[in-house]
Amino acid sequence: MPTVTMKVNGRKVSVEVEPHTLLVQALREKLRLTGTHVGCDTSQCGACVVHVNGRAMKSCTMLAMQAEGADVTTIEGLAMNGKLHPMQEAFRENHGLQCGFCTPGMIMSAVDMVKRKGNDLGEHTIREELEGNLCRCTGYHNIVKAIAAGAKNMKGARA
Amino acid sequence: MSATGIGARVRRVEDQRFITGRGQYTDDIKRPYETHACFVRSPHAHATIKSIDKKKAEKMPGVLAILTGEDIAADKLGDLFCGWMVLSKDGSQMKNGSHPALAKGKVRYVGDHVAVVIAETLDQAKDAAAEVNVSYGVLPAVADLAKARDEKATLIHDNAPKNTVYEWVLGDADAVNSAFAQAKHVTKLTFVNNRLIPNAIEPRAAIGEYEPGTDSFTLWSTSQNPHVLRLGLSAFIGLAPEHKFRVISPDVGGGFGSKIFIYPEETVCVWASKKVGRPVRWTAERSESFQADAHGRDHITTVELALDGNHKMTGLRVKTLANLGAYLSTFSSAVPTFLYAPLLSGQYAIPAIYCEVDGVYTNTAPVDAYRGAGRPEACYVIERVVEVAARELNMDPAELRKRNFVTTFPYQTPVASLYDAGDYKASLDKAMQIADYKNFGKRKQESARKGKLRGIGFAAYIEACGVAPSNLAGALGCGVGLWESADVAVTPTGMVEILTGSHSHGQGHETTFAQLVSDRLGIPMNQVAVIHGDTDKVQFGMGTYGSRSGPVGMSAISMALDKVIAKGKQVAAHVLEAAEADIEFKDGKFTVAGTDKSAAFGEIALAAYVAHKFPTAHIEPGLKEHAFYDPTNFTFPAGTHIAEVEIDPDTGTTEIVNWVAVDDFGTVINPMIVEGQVHGGIAQGVGQALLEGCVYDKDGQLLTGSYMDYTMPRAHNLPSFKVDYTTTKCPSNPLGMKGCGEAGAIAAPAALMNAITNAVGHEDVAMPATSKTVWHAIQKSGALQRRAAE
Repeated sequence: MPTVTMKVNGRKVSVEVEPHTLLVQALREKLRLTGTHVGCDTSQCGACVVHVNGRAMKSCTMLAMQAEGADVTTIEGLAMNGKLHPMQEAFRENHGLQCGFCTPGMIMSAVDMVKRKGNDLGEHTIREELEGNLCRCTGYHNIVKAIAAGAKNMKGARA
Repeated sequence: MSATGIGARVRRVEDQRFITGRGQYTDDIKRPYETHACFVRSPHAHATIKSIDKKKAEKMPGVLAILTGEDIAADKLGDLFCGWMVLSKDGSQMKNGSHPALAKGKVRYVGDHVAVVIAETLDQAKDAAAEVNVSYGVLPAVADLAKARDEKATLIHDNAPKNTVYEWVLGDADAVNSAFAQAKHVTKLTFVNNRLIPNAIEPRAAIGEYEPGTDSFTLWSTSQNPHVLRLGLSAFIGLAPEHKFRVISPDVGGGFGSKIFIYPEETVCVWASKKVGRPVRWTAERSESFQADAHGRDHITTVELALDGNHKMTGLRVKTLANLGAYLSTFSSAVPTFLYAPLLSGQYAIPAIYCEVDGVYTNTAPVDAYRGAGRPEACYVIERVVEVAARELNMDPAELRKRNFVTTFPYQTPVASLYDAGDYKASLDKAMQIADYKNFGKRKQESARKGKLRGIGFAAYIEACGVAPSNLAGALGCGVGLWESADVAVTPTGMVEILTGSHSHGQGHETTFAQLVSDRLGIPMNQVAVIHGDTDKVQFGMGTYGSRSGPVGMSAISMALDKVIAKGKQVAAHVLEAAEADIEFKDGKFTVAGTDKSAAFGEIALAAYVAHKFPTAHIEPGLKEHAFYDPTNFTFPAGTHIAEVEIDPDTGTTEIVNWVAVDDFGTVINPMIVEGQVHGGIAQGVGQALLEGCVYDKDGQLLTGSYMDYTMPRAHNLPSFKVDYTTTKCPSNPLGMKGCGEAGAIAAPAALMNAITNAVGHEDVAMPATSKTVWHAIQKSGALQRRAAE
């Protein structure tokens, strides 16, 4: 079985995978990082979003072997030294989650959104940018509020 | 109100694990030596199974077992069942077709379960499943609901002639006929309540594990009701006696009803785990969820409303054809009957109502409760016909409603519901004010100047929630009582563990239930733990659905808390050396009335367990009380939603420019969580009206089999919502709660379609009102010409 070597949440790892193993499967099954979720089989739901080399990627649409040498951040790697990321805090503060299943992907997408679109995100921008993330519980109302607040709070703090 | 008491916007306790990716959903759980199940599913909507050839598949790498319906029959497992007996108008029982966990003899819908392959890895199971050779005798599919009862339609179940499950009625046909005979105006509508697929973002999953040393089973399942699942699998299907069977519903990623039912997959995982001697796990791929989760809605209805010369409603006649799918799912029979017709009076005093519901089989996935379960269908019927009646009578739709509202309570409707308390005018008025209804005309003109159509629509909804009083449920044919249980266990150090029979799959019970306890016992929330979802830890409970965990689940906790306080007073009397009658409990302290002698809750808890200071022959040591609360009535949340839309006539695209929801939920424990429930419900209702629709072709092939073809609501389809309240307390439970989980999904389709048809100028717009549908409707109405003329 081939091996893929990458950095995951700051730690170098080497795991054996099949050529067809998806990145999300490698993360969940080989590295026991089960915070990244699988919600669909057509790349639409966004529950699997992680950061690869600083960009949001749907880990269900990437082979594990494509991450060779990459720097991968999952939801588990977002908090630093036990301190929550401002976007994580914003989701809790604004009730931006109910069942929590879409939440890791939402938060990872949101952090990426701020990197690309800045800290002052308007409602229209946020709603358009969330096209790749489905939520069935919240109706998005509080997710939009959370992302706007998290974006503001990321200003000055680490990205 | 304290910062963590009833009514406080407390941030959620459970969020910590979800925002850090440390939730424990069923698929996250790994069991030693586990194996993987892959189901072989029918590609045909209707076929006999002529043979199943496993020879090649059995030899493939990693394959441990391949099981079929014959193995199920050989082990004498019971069928999956429907737990609610519904009688036809002639008194005969509903026609319940046999439903084994793996098909025997015949398959009846695309996705039906034919065999299961169990292998060391998922890839090996899938590869082998593809090599299981099933020989089918294809039969004509009955996929069209309207034609399911035709003479020439193929019989789906031998014991259900004309594919009819039941012909059910409610109400007074003579009174209705008389009202119509004398009516000054009759409004008539025919429409479809479109079929939906629930699509919780977490797919269904199960892990079955057999422990030979104790001859017992464990099942991890994405169930909304682990005890009910255990009871069903034990008593009806016969997998194991209850006391040898642990069912755990860990973190569950949304249910919306779809995870209430007892499904073939979890049944097979448990059963197969003993056969292979290792844990058997299965997680649905999304395409499996599309095929085999219980679907929702799917009615064809004709409604007629009779009004007198004063625009008072005098009669309502409803005829509904309800699709139940290929098999009767666990609660399916009750959804288009008892959860539907009793709400047809809406918020109105309609003296005569008659409803006929024919439930039929088709070669489609089983249909069962989906958020609202029968009440969205009822609200759509009454709120569309009332809005259309107003248009036909050239009356303001708010005025027609107000003229007919129920105003004195309790109010006995002619369809069994006894409305307990409400103020419908208050919610309507408040909604109209927040929506700035009176200036709608100006906004419509501004839209017209920009070349757009603008419409506004109401839904004055009511629902029956807090299911349900047990003997009433029984009298209506339900196989179980619908009470709820709570155990309040105080520890010696004054911590409180709440064991609740409710289950949380997004509703925030770890927070709201702790708020109630904190409020009542005067202790900080972080001294309260809420435990649910494990039959080894929690006493029997009925689970969460039907907006019941507040009114029923929390009422049980409230009753148990009362008992804890009463016992605490007994102990405190001895500790404080006073008469029990002189002991008061307030703000976390037991006090001797009129003195400053007091003891904190924690002190008394310790005293109860140390048991040094009171006569244990009369007062038992310990501080732990339980309660089983049975509701005395349904609860009736109600309110008004107003939707305002702007439509681009060139593309038919609808933008929701304003949404106002004014709901009466009685007592609200955590407004932040309640608003979240309303938001989510509205989104699902908008999904139904604007975007979603499950489509089978004439051969029963599922055309909407993935997110490529089934349109889920996304953030850009929805506005931010304006949510507010009016309050009349529910008189029938200790907390005055009505429940809130389904309200948005119930009100939204009617409100949105009333708005869209208002903009378009006629009623011939079907759900989902996609751009294409609306564009065609606009061409039909000549609204373009009107816009040009303005």
